[in-house]
Amino acid sequence: MNHHPATVSPERPSFRFTQRQAIALVFVCTIFGAAAQILFKFGANDLAGMALGSLFGHPLQILRLLLDPPLFAGYCLYGLSTILLTLALRDGELSILYPVISLTYVWVTVLSVLIFKESMNAFKLAGITVIVLGVAVLGRKPGR
Amino acid sequence: MTTPFSSILLVFAAAFVGSFGSVFLKAGAGRLHRNPLTLLLNWRLAVGVALFVASSLLFIAGIRRGELTILYPMVSLGYIFTLLWSRLFFGEPFTRNKFFGLGLILAGIVLLSLGNR
Repeated sequence: MNHHPATVSPERPSFRFTQRQAIALVFVCTIFGAAAQILFKFGANDLAGMALGSLFGHPLQILRLLLDPPLFAGYCLYGLSTILLTLALRDGELSILYPVISLTYVWVTVLSVLIFKESMNAFKLAGITVIVLGVAVLGRKPGR
Repeated sequence: MTTPFSSILLVFAAAFVGSFGSVFLKAGAGRLHRNPLTLLLNWRLAVGVALFVASSLLFIAGIRRGELTILYPMVSLGYIFTLLWSRLFFGEPFTRNKFFGLGLILAGIVLLSLGNR
């Protein structure tokens, strides 16, 4: 199978992303992640009338939830985004990737207002802005 | 539409369970190599994924009533637990930036709650 044993040693790590690739990948992840949240909300809206007990009351009911088309599509996107994010976080500089990750909050907010006609006010806007800043700061390199 | 407190509690619970998912994913990811078996036979990754599924079910239950503009940003509360577990299980140090970031996230959640009307 392997004709070039000299180039592949068991200790050799798997592929690596460059910093630029990691940033691009995280950016794509924020879009996938936000789209997943919107799909989750679409699926969840149909469950608004259900009590918590009947939602998780039966294993078959949980399976039905997981296979509900919008929820299932959301899971696929969320899973893909999580796997790509894990790889990008492994290879990239956290202080740059964290601010990019926090873009997800921006997309989800904009899409919720556009698609679900959710209300917006100054407190909400301020809250989301401060959270985005907080997530961005979390990844910063230890300063002086 | 006001987001009910029960929805906020469910999303907080989802964030708490999800923070343990990250711990197992991190522990599992450190053991990945080129051999695909290290991915398939990785019980830490499996537990991490299971916790994420459990967390997502709580999240879906949480967002079934209320607004995503309020509930989604509240997931960021999970970072607080993640920092605690990172320190506890991986010995990652608390830094000034982490405290500052967490402070901002908490302040943001308070502001969001004030906007929930």
